[in-house]
Amino acid sequence: MKAPIYIYYQLDNYYQNHRRYVKSRSDKQLRYGLQYNDTSSCIPEESNDGLPIVPCGLISWSLFNDTYSFFRGTDELRINRKNIAWKSDRDHKFGKHVFPFNFQNGTLIGGAMLDPNVPLSDQEDLIVWMRTAALPSFRKLYGKIEEDLEANDVISIYFLNNYNTYSFGGRKKLVLSTASWLGGRNNFLGMAYIAIGSCLIVLALVFILLHVKNPRPYGDAMYVSWNWKGIPN
Amino acid sequence: MVKASGKRKQRIKWSKLYTFSCLNPRTTDNDAPNQQLLGQPGFSRVVFCNQPELHKIKPQKYPSNYVSTTKYNFMTFLPRALFEQFRRVANLYFLLGAALSIPKLAPFSPASMITPLVFVVGISMLKEAIEDWSRFLQDMDVNSRKVKVHSRNGSFVEKTWKELSVGDVVKVNKNENFPSDLLLLSSSYEDGVCYVETMNLDGETNLKLKRSLEATLSLDDDVEYTKFQATIHCEDPNPNLYSFVGNLEFNNGTYPLSPTQILLRDSKLRNTEYVYGVVIFSGPDAKAVRNSTRSPSKRSRVERRLDYLIYVLFLLLVMISVVNSIGSALVLKSEAAMWWYLRLQENADSPLNPSKPVTSFFLQFVRSLILYGYLIPISLYVSIEVVKVLQAMLINKDMRMYDELSGKAVEARTSNINEELGQVEMILSDKTGTLTCNQMEFRKCSIEGISYGGEINEVDLAASRRMNVDVERYRISIDGSDSTGESIEMFEYSVAEADAKQAVLGCDHAIENSDIEHRRIPASGKEPNIKGFNFRDDRLMDKMWIHGSNVHDMIMFFRVMALCHTGIPVEDGNSKRLKYEAESPEEVTFLIAAQEFGFKFCQRTQSVMFLQELEPSSGIEVKREYKLLNLLEFNSARKRMSVIVSNEAGEIFLFCKGADNIIFDRLADNGRIYQQATTAHLSNYAEDGLRTMLFAYKKIEVVEYESWNTLFTKAKATVGTEREELLEHASEMIEKYLFLLGAVAVEDKLQKGVPECIDKLAQAGLKIWLLTGDKRETAMNIGFACSLLRHDMKQFHLVLSKEAESSHQLKAVEEDILSQIRNSYQEIVKGNKKDVPSALIVDGKAMEVALRSEISNQFLQLAVMCDSVICCRVSPKQKALIARLVKEYTGKTTLAIGDGANDVGMIQEADIGVGISGMEGMQAVMASDFSLPQFYFLERLLIVHGHWCYKRISKMILYFMYKNVAFGLTLFYNEIYSNFSGDDLYDDWYMVLFNVLLTSLPVIALGVLEQDVSADVCLQFPALYQQGQRNICFSWKRIFGWILNATLSSVAIFTVTIYIFSPAALRQDGKVADLAHIGTIMYTCVIWTVNCQIALIVTHFTWITHVLIWGSILCWYIFLVLYGMLPPEHSQGGFHILIEAIGTAPMYWIVTFLVVVVTLLPYFIFSIIQRSFYPMDDQVIQEIKYGRTDVSNKPMWLREQQNSRKRTQIGFSARVDAKIRHLKERLRRTKK
Repeated sequence: MKAPIYIYYQLDNYYQNHRRYVKSRSDKQLRYGLQYNDTSSCIPEESNDGLPIVPCGLISWSLFNDTYSFFRGTDELRINRKNIAWKSDRDHKFGKHVFPFNFQNGTLIGGAMLDPNVPLSDQEDLIVWMRTAALPSFRKLYGKIEEDLEANDVISIYFLNNYNTYSFGGRKKLVLSTASWLGGRNNFLGMAYIAIGSCLIVLALVFILLHVKNPRPYGDAMYVSWNWKGIPN
Repeated sequence: MVKASGKRKQRIKWSKLYTFSCLNPRTTDNDAPNQQLLGQPGFSRVVFCNQPELHKIKPQKYPSNYVSTTKYNFMTFLPRALFEQFRRVANLYFLLGAALSIPKLAPFSPASMITPLVFVVGISMLKEAIEDWSRFLQDMDVNSRKVKVHSRNGSFVEKTWKELSVGDVVKVNKNENFPSDLLLLSSSYEDGVCYVETMNLDGETNLKLKRSLEATLSLDDDVEYTKFQATIHCEDPNPNLYSFVGNLEFNNGTYPLSPTQILLRDSKLRNTEYVYGVVIFSGPDAKAVRNSTRSPSKRSRVERRLDYLIYVLFLLLVMISVVNSIGSALVLKSEAAMWWYLRLQENADSPLNPSKPVTSFFLQFVRSLILYGYLIPISLYVSIEVVKVLQAMLINKDMRMYDELSGKAVEARTSNINEELGQVEMILSDKTGTLTCNQMEFRKCSIEGISYGGEINEVDLAASRRMNVDVERYRISIDGSDSTGESIEMFEYSVAEADAKQAVLGCDHAIENSDIEHRRIPASGKEPNIKGFNFRDDRLMDKMWIHGSNVHDMIMFFRVMALCHTGIPVEDGNSKRLKYEAESPEEVTFLIAAQEFGFKFCQRTQSVMFLQELEPSSGIEVKREYKLLNLLEFNSARKRMSVIVSNEAGEIFLFCKGADNIIFDRLADNGRIYQQATTAHLSNYAEDGLRTMLFAYKKIEVVEYESWNTLFTKAKATVGTEREELLEHASEMIEKYLFLLGAVAVEDKLQKGVPECIDKLAQAGLKIWLLTGDKRETAMNIGFACSLLRHDMKQFHLVLSKEAESSHQLKAVEEDILSQIRNSYQEIVKGNKKDVPSALIVDGKAMEVALRSEISNQFLQLAVMCDSVICCRVSPKQKALIARLVKEYTGKTTLAIGDGANDVGMIQEADIGVGISGMEGMQAVMASDFSLPQFYFLERLLIVHGHWCYKRISKMILYFMYKNVAFGLTLFYNEIYSNFSGDDLYDDWYMVLFNVLLTSLPVIALGVLEQDVSADVCLQFPALYQQGQRNICFSWKRIFGWILNATLSSVAIFTVTIYIFSPAALRQDGKVADLAHIGTIMYTCVIWTVNCQIALIVTHFTWITHVLIWGSILCWYIFLVLYGMLPPEHSQGGFHILIEAIGTAPMYWIVTFLVVVVTLLPYFIFSIIQRSFYPMDDQVIQEIKYGRTDVSNKPMWLREQQNSRKRTQIGFSARVDAKIRHLKERLRRTKK
């Protein structure tokens, strides 16, 4: 596999698109931090002990917290975990001067902790996680391996299984993939194109046959309703 | 000054001249019981004449003369208009949605729910308000007309109509309308007679005579009213136009009143300088006003079906909402508790509480109803309103429907029912003012058995021209045969004529069809230079008749014409010719014609008539005096009129004119010389729709006259019931042994283009019924003239043999009518097998019986079977009733067209009401949905605009439904994947913009500009109109087809997008698509799909259509860019989305292309199959037009036009066909 190789974690049967979940965030707080204190949209994770939570809401509270490390043989592969989030998110949506505050301090702890000394704009895992997926089974970018992997390389992966998916029967997958100009490897697109293309060819042939066998001359007045026989006009 | 003009009395006492009862005060027995009714309930009105102040206080306080036809007033507008609006199911649904959005149950903000609703309801209410405002202005116009009212001391001052009150004495001048129902007190004629035109009430052209009581005759001057006081006791206000019960207490006497003394509102004073009258019924109490009904709100057939479509969609909506909420409840109950990351247990009040799945079910259900509201688009109603207004604008602006003479154009007064114009199957037409222009013209005459002015008629001409090819072949055989059958003779003549014409015009056989259309134009193009005289014959004109063989009879003929009438000459200022006023317009044409032939009637006194006659021997004009001895006037029972005059030499003549059968019965044996020839001419004239009348005379010996006159005078002096009988007997005695002179034929002039228009409409499969208040004879004349009737048609007459007076007789009458109906029906069923055309002619009185609920179905069954139906002597109420019953019984779209107040009921009752705006009188126009300056514009209005509008609206609604269902369903599929939580896939702004900006404009372009074929082709192929009648463009098959198509499209859009973008990376940099990306991509696919779909269904592209369709797609990208540039607080997921994320991913574009191809494929396959193997008429014609085959193969093009006509028995072409069949039959027989 040629670099860059993308590492994704995939969750199945995980409803990031649930209405309650999707709405439970505050974009303004993510950008302006504590200056913005209307966090009613973050219910039920808006405050703890009377103090607001930054970043508030269910999405950040349930931040994915498995970690992976890759070894080729005995060498650890360097994983680049920068630039995995959209640039616009880092620059405009997550504040450079907003630091996690009062986060995961409640009785219920959902997912990952955040380093309170790193501004949100640099917490790329969070930024990626906050981009809620459209379907219950989704992939999120974890990092990039920036060296080629050769055939017959043995890669061993150590991962910390922190994130609870057992309670709802969800599954976790780890995906290594490269991407072409068309994006990630996608069989459906190619199959769809081939299917539609052949469908059109078949249709064209059928219509040609039908036309040859049973032609209707272009603009032939015999096909007008008043010239149909047997049908009273 | 005022006094002088008031004194100028006309010296003629008509009552002395007239013989029969119509003018004499009725003192017959049947009035007596009515008089007893006075004072009883229903007959309690008291009017104090000339004391209007007494009517300002109770109990005799009557409404003012203000008449309002508006639907609303200032106070009631809001509640009533709102009520009207929320009677629409869809509006109610939207209201529900808006209400639910306030307590946050709906997924959208209250503003986004309420604003469009306010917009839709507001626009519709604004339209209502504007329409009502124009009605109000019209009312103001009528209400502020001026009339002279007695104030005090004999002075009359001008007041507006609305200021009039009961008891006022008014003076109405010639050609003015009566401001309310008046009691006639006196007139400018010495005997208190006046002439009234009631065209607006009953459509009759004849003037009606009204006569005041003897007792009030003296009140004939302004000053007489200083002290005038009288009291009227009469019936309460009612809508009955032909009855009146009351009496007048005046000068210590009590005089019974009858309808003869009542002048009704909406009628007009004619041929009388002025009348005095006292107001009896004012404003809303007037009989004509009582006859009017409030205009109902009309909805088109398509719109009514749209309601059902809304129900279907609502069902679909409820179904998916139920699925959604059940899904939600099940998920909550079984699994949701396990999803720790949602923390659902913590929100007790949320709709998604797993411990309360039932509550959650209901709350989610309500939410889904609103969320999937895209299935029932409120914007559909907005778009329909907008499209209809624009369509109406196009109709109004059509230059081909602009009448240069009157400077008026067709006006769509309500735009609600444009598309209904494309589905009309039945036309109910008024006669006077609608088909005819209420002008009589002297066209032909037959004197001494020779027909004059008889150019070959158009039917023969057309028939011979059409047969020309065959004729050449048969020519020799005709020449060779010695048959002198009349018809062959005529045929040869016509062929020769046609040949000559063809030689001159260089006509081509191939274009015979187009000739038929223009055939009438040369005939109507030569306008007569004298109004009422369209006669051309060199043998009679310019005094040429004096060279004829039998000048004596000729002179007598002209004398009948000039003397036997009740007209009076009026000065015409500069012209040497005189003008005339008479009771009926026919008499006027006779007088004008007589003048042209050299017998000018110049003066009438009480007993002498002066003629200026041409002396044939010398050729100079001499003035002669005729003493008028007796006048036996015309009435509908006698059907004849006679005058007895003595000339200067003392010779006494009786001049008589009358209907053919009446005169033929009264001829002397030696007076029948010309009978045979005249009869033949009469039938020819009648076939052409001319109104005919026979002229006869006899010389009476002085002795004979003296003896008769004593008898007659005695009869005239008799008072009591036997008077009528005696007079009738006396007139019978003298009006016999007549000598037939000849016949005249008068044309009741049709409006421009009427026969062609009827021909076209008939070919397009419309049925035309003629409803008129006029007499049967005139109605039938017009029937013939319009080719609604033909001589080879089987005519069924429904008449009342006797009038019912008691309930017992009523039963018998009903039986009688029922048996007539049954017999006719059986005959028609028999005749239909043999293809015999049939016509039904119904009299108003018979109609009254036939329309009773018990037998109306049988009557309508019969009427619908007939090729044409003519109803004569029908009242305005009956017209409305017929319109309603026909509409209900047949279930077909009916259109009523008329011009007068008597048509208002029918216009309002029919599905579409059309008013003729060319003439005076605006009531019909005010009540109508469309107003035309000329009848013939109806052809273009229906066949072109109706056809277009119908197709446009149907296509537009179907497409609108398609795009919203396709869009709405993608939301639903997303729910399945998101646990039925009720989240929306798309950004709120996308949702709003979908119907507002991104897909709305192409629909409007489709609804306004779409044409299946051009206007010319529509007119050439009337058969295309039947698509609307059969409603094939908005059938349930199509509706469900489009719903299926929408479902397929939505499935394709959703699955393709989902499977391609999830879970693999979107771009080369490995980033994946999130909810916002997928939503935007899917939305792009929807926009592309629906806009390309509309491009597929549009058949007529204009640059506007192109700009709007492709512009909408472009708009979406522009919007995305701009939206992405907003700060992220506002744009949220849309921030930099196109520029940064999806726009730079090639996959996005590739998928868009793929999705569009896939989604359009089902429709594409369907339309290819349909077009190749089951083409529709308009598609074949499109191909012919596109391939220019119509130019290269002209015969085929013309042949198809011919073939496309619906087989019909009415219309000009049908008549020509019948003629050809007839002639061919003849030829075949002759050959043998």
